[in-house]
Amino acid sequence: MNELLKISNLSVEYHRNGRKLRAVAGVDLTLAPGEILGLVGESGCGKSSLGKAIVGIEKPAEGEIRFNGNLVKPLDRRGRPTELRNLQMIFQDPYGSINPRRKIGDQIADGLIVAGKPKNEALKISAELLEKVGLGASALDRYAHQFSGGQRQRIAIARALAASPTAIVADEPISALDTSSQAQVSNLLVSLVQEFGMGVIFISHDLSVVRKISDRIAVMYLGKIVEIGTTEQIWNQPSHPYTRALISAIPKADGNSNMPLDLPGDVPNPAFPPAGCRFHPRCPLVQVGCESSVPEIRTLKDGRGVACVLQTSNEIVVPLETIKGR
Amino acid sequence: MKMKISKGSPWRQPLALVGISILAFWIILAIFAPLIAPFDPLAQDSDALMNPNHLHWLGTDSVGRDIFSRIIYGARISLPLAILLVFLSIIVGSIIGGLAGYFGGWIDSTLMRFADIVLAFPGIILAMAVSAALGPQLRNAVLAVVLVAWPTYARLVRSLILSSKDSDYVTASRLLGSSTRRTLLVDLRPNISGSVLVLGALEAGNGLLLLSGLSFLGLGAQPPSAEWGAMVSAGANNFEKWWIGIFPGIAILTAVLAFNFIGDTLRDALDPRTAKALRN
Repeated sequence: MNELLKISNLSVEYHRNGRKLRAVAGVDLTLAPGEILGLVGESGCGKSSLGKAIVGIEKPAEGEIRFNGNLVKPLDRRGRPTELRNLQMIFQDPYGSINPRRKIGDQIADGLIVAGKPKNEALKISAELLEKVGLGASALDRYAHQFSGGQRQRIAIARALAASPTAIVADEPISALDTSSQAQVSNLLVSLVQEFGMGVIFISHDLSVVRKISDRIAVMYLGKIVEIGTTEQIWNQPSHPYTRALISAIPKADGNSNMPLDLPGDVPNPAFPPAGCRFHPRCPLVQVGCESSVPEIRTLKDGRGVACVLQTSNEIVVPLETIKGR
Repeated sequence: MKMKISKGSPWRQPLALVGISILAFWIILAIFAPLIAPFDPLAQDSDALMNPNHLHWLGTDSVGRDIFSRIIYGARISLPLAILLVFLSIIVGSIIGGLAGYFGGWIDSTLMRFADIVLAFPGIILAMAVSAALGPQLRNAVLAVVLVAWPTYARLVRSLILSSKDSDYVTASRLLGSSTRRTLLVDLRPNISGSVLVLGALEAGNGLLLLSGLSFLGLGAQPPSAEWGAMVSAGANNFEKWWIGIFPGIAILTAVLAFNFIGDTLRDALDPRTAKALRN
C-alpha cells in the first residue's frame, strides 16, 4: 500500500504532579492517499492526543511518525520544515482555531505567504479557497465573530487547504457544530478528498458520521487501538467486544425499543490503566488470562486487525448474539 | 490600523467626544501658542501676584509672569512628553513582556523579577530616586518615569501572550510554517496591540501626573520652564494666591481626563466585537 502517513509504536505521555499519564500507548497506523480513516473512541481514550502527535503538536514519548517518509518532528521555535507543511490539522473548536483579531483572508493567506507567494496573489487564492468551501470571497475582509460555528469550521478547512495538504488530521471537526452544519462540513471534507485526493484521519466519537464518510475505521480504547478494519467490517461484523458495545450503543430508530447495550463501569483513569487487556474490567466476554496478558493486534483473514485473545483462529469466533442476549 | 468613523462608531460616544475635544483644544493651543498667548510666558512684570483680571485672565505669579500664557506654552511641554513617555514605555515593556511570555522558562523568570523589583517601589519614590541620582533635568525625569512605567506594559503583554500563545489559531499558523517571529508579530500582535494602546492612553495621564509630580518636587522641569507641574509647585509656595496653582492644576486634570476618555474609546473601537455591538 502506498503509505502517506506511517505511525509506528507511537506513545504520548503527559506528566502532571510528578505522575505519568500515558494517553497513547503504542499505536501503529497507516494512511493512504485519498483515504478517510475514522478514528473513534470514548472521550479521554487518547484519540485527540494521537491526532496532535501525528501532526507534530505533541511530542511523542516513543515511536515515530513518517509523512511521505519524512520524520515528523514536533513544532519548535524554528518554523515548520517545508516538507511537513502538506500535513495539516483541523481543530475541534472553530471558535478557538481562528484568530478573532485578524481578517479571515489574511489568515488563509498566511499559508501561501510563508510559502513565498506575494500578498496579492495569496489573497486571490484565498478568495478561491473560500469559494471552494462554500463561502463567498466577501469573507476575506471579515472577522471570525461574523461567522457561525459551521462557517468558521469551513474557514478553518480553507486555511488548511492553503497549504495544499496531502494529509489532514481532523480532530473532532464536527462535534462542536449543530446537526445541519455537521452534515455540511463532513460532506465538504468528503468532496475535498474526492477532488484533491488527500488522506484524512477523521477523529470523532460519532460512529454514525464516521461510518458515512470513512473508508476504514480504527477503534481506540484507553490509548490503544483495539480494532481496525474497513467500515463495512467494523460496522456489520464488529469483532472486538468493545467495538460491539460501541456500535450497539448507537440508538436506532427501528421501533424495536431495544435499549443500547450498557457497558459496566466507567472508562478507567488512563493514569492507572488496568493490567493485561485494558478493556478486561468492563468486558462482557472476559476470559482467564485477560487480566495479565496484553493482547497484540492480530490480522484476521478478512484483513482487519483485532487486539483480543478471543480472536486467535483467524476467524470471528464469538457470535454477536452472545453479547446481545446478555 | 484603519478605523471608519461611521454612525454608531465608538468615537461618536459622548465621553469620546469630550476626550477628543479637550485633547484637540490643548493641541491647538500648543501649536498656535505664540498667536494665542497674550504675553511672553517667561517675561517678568512688575504686576506680580495679581488676581485674575481683564489683562491677565488667570492672574500673574510671584515674579509677574502671565499664568494664562504660561499654561498655553506649558501644553507644548507636557503633551508631547506624555506621548513620548507612553511610546518609550510601550516599546520597552512590550519587548520585555513579549519575550518573557513567549519563551517562558529562565528568560521569563529573569525579566519578570526585574519588573517585580520596580513594581515593589511606589512609583513616585523610585522615579524621585532615579531622577535625583541622574540629576534634576527634564530629560532625566522622563527616563525615570519610563523606568517606573515599563513593568505595567510588560506584565500586560506577558499575560496576553501567555493566554494566546498556545491557542489553536497560533498552532494552526505554526503548522502552516510561520516562524516564531511571524507568530509573535503577525498572529499575536493584533491580539495585544489593542489592549496595550488602551493601557497606553490610560497611562499617558499617569505619566503626565508623575512627570508633573517630579517637576512639582523640583526634580523635573526647572524654572523658568512653564511646565504645568512646576507651575503647581510654584502655587504651593503661595497658598493664599490660589490662582497660581489651581489653573495649571486644572490643565493637568483636563489633559489626564482626556487621555482616559480616549483610552476607553480606543478599547471599544479596537475590539471588533464591541465596535460591532455599538453599531447595532
